[in-house]
Amino acid sequence: MTRYFTRKLLTYILAFFVGTTVDWGIPRLMPGNPVEIYLSKFSLESNGAWQSLNKVFTKAFGLNVPVWRQYLNFWDGVIHGNFGVSYYDFPEPVTHVIRAAIPYTLALLVPAIVLSYVLGNRFGALAARRKALDDTVLPVGYVFQAMPYAWLALAMAYYLGASEHWFPIGGGYAEGMLPNASWSFVWSLVQHWFLPFLTVFLVSFGGWAIGMRNLVIYELETDYARYLRSLGASQRLVRKYAYRNAVLPQLSGLALALGVVIGGNIVTEVVFNYPGLGSLIYHAVIDEDYFLLQGIFLFIIFGVLIANFIIDIVYVLVDPRVRLSMQGARA
Amino acid sequence: MSLTAGQPEDKSARASTVVGEPTGTEAETNQAVPEDIGAPERTPAVSEVSLTLASTKGSPVMGAPISVAAGAPLILGRRRWEFLYFALRNKKFMFGLTVEVVLVVLALLGPFIAPYNPNAFVGVPNQHPSLQHLMGTTYFGQDVFSQLLFGLRDSYLVGFLGALFASLVGMTVGFTAGYRGGLLDEVLQLFTNIIVMIPSLVLLIVIASYLKTRGVLFEGVFIGLTTWPWVARAVRAQTFTLRERDFVDLARLSGKRGSSIILKEIAPNMASYLFLVLILLFGSSILLAANFDFLGLGPTNTISLGTMMNQSMLWSALELHVWWWFIPPGVVITVLVAALLVANVGLDEVFNPKLRQT
Repeated sequence: MTRYFTRKLLTYILAFFVGTTVDWGIPRLMPGNPVEIYLSKFSLESNGAWQSLNKVFTKAFGLNVPVWRQYLNFWDGVIHGNFGVSYYDFPEPVTHVIRAAIPYTLALLVPAIVLSYVLGNRFGALAARRKALDDTVLPVGYVFQAMPYAWLALAMAYYLGASEHWFPIGGGYAEGMLPNASWSFVWSLVQHWFLPFLTVFLVSFGGWAIGMRNLVIYELETDYARYLRSLGASQRLVRKYAYRNAVLPQLSGLALALGVVIGGNIVTEVVFNYPGLGSLIYHAVIDEDYFLLQGIFLFIIFGVLIANFIIDIVYVLVDPRVRLSMQGARA
Repeated sequence: MSLTAGQPEDKSARASTVVGEPTGTEAETNQAVPEDIGAPERTPAVSEVSLTLASTKGSPVMGAPISVAAGAPLILGRRRWEFLYFALRNKKFMFGLTVEVVLVVLALLGPFIAPYNPNAFVGVPNQHPSLQHLMGTTYFGQDVFSQLLFGLRDSYLVGFLGALFASLVGMTVGFTAGYRGGLLDEVLQLFTNIIVMIPSLVLLIVIASYLKTRGVLFEGVFIGLTTWPWVARAVRAQTFTLRERDFVDLARLSGKRGSSIILKEIAPNMASYLFLVLILLFGSSILLAANFDFLGLGPTNTISLGTMMNQSMLWSALELHVWWWFIPPGVVITVLVAALLVANVGLDEVFNPKLRQT
């Protein structure tokens, strides 16, 4: 089992290394020089000013040293949490801007992922081999799965927000409010949080329900389930075992689905103008704030790695075979 | 032998199917019609292969079901007709197919039947749907229906390109890793596991932000190049189980080269599976592109369904209650992808006798 975790750890370290390198490399591989892109915003008239500013910025961006040196400097920045200064939110350091956005993103993502996973699995297991539920849940699940996040978010924002005024749209809390520890502020937070959360939740929910339904149907046809039934076990017991077995591949699927959910979360935040990482990345793109973009990319990779690690641990806890073999017994 | 650096796949090996007991000669010539097409109710017995559904769970279309495994080769004479027989009688497949055919025809005929130039300012801005403008007009007085027809074409193109490139890379990596095994497998596995952890939309955003002009081709290719890992995983897991089979050994004994064994012996035995993977990739590429275009990073030179939603948001369609600007493109994408998913389930039942209801 140490082998299992050593491999995992190696993968994570390498993934972080690759992610950081890609993050560093993209601006350098792309056409156009970042300094020139920045300078083009100043609409300078004189050539002399352009030249001297070019020199200043090349130095400020650390582009005046050899490439290998730039790479090491970048790593130095990553380790010390220094990603430069944000252009979009000048003169805040990128790290501060990101730190302010992270709580909002986590508040959306964590409940949406966990709830959709747990409820989706329960629902899917219920739907399996129950005709009435199956006929209703399945089509609805497919439709939700087929919806672009952006559109579901727009539709919700329009019908439940702009049109019916049930929920506020735009921002993380009511305009004119300052973050404070009062109940009215918390209530405002919850109101603004609900629709983006519901969007991310619904799309994932359909996927998990369908996946679980298929897995449970498969499990109910296996030899051990048949044997259990032939022994006279109750339907409930058989289903319980089927569920426990079906949960494992769903859990591996959760690790793989993270990227999709994060992408969906970004567009959802943009629609609701929710002040998380998604809106931040959108503003960074619009304002061509490349330092901020670089920082966010790295933070997201880091978050995905941590989430993967947590799922790995849960997997070990949930699968009795792995757990037993870790305790030295033979599975 | 450790299977993956990922989740212990042997523990989650789930889906299984009856494999069309390919005997050596049959698989070798690929044309011989087996005499004993016992077909649907064939007993699993020896020919049953246990495969991982877990590996397909990473499908960008989350939890998309594929339970068919290394099933039934598509290309064997009579069996093809057998599939056609079941396919034509499968309601889900026929429903999906019908919807797709209608949409493809609309997309192809789009430029000819579109009443207006999608970019031209042809009417009063923000008009409700009417006979003159079937889906109303935009903030600029462009015809939404015409934009929709043109956008549909781009969505199909992106889906096609994304699926093509993802499956090319994914299959190459998956077949190589699964067939060769050993160190090469370990390295490719590691590579796949690393790429899996980089969210494709985020990577695409960062790359696209540096490019001032972007085309549909760029979009499709890049989507394909970021979504291949789960294909590679699935294909590898399947290849792993198939390469131990007698007919592959026989082919190896006869001195065939590895690449030819993969193409002629292994791939045909999972053709049905690969086909389903292709459908899912198609759908997920379209969804990814829609979200991507919505952020304003899509093709700069054409209209796509995602850019329509992007424009509508930028020009306050929500506040001005111009719902006909952003609702139709999303409905079309949803119908398109949902039909693909339904057809996929239908085909699954066609290929996998166990799932058939009759």
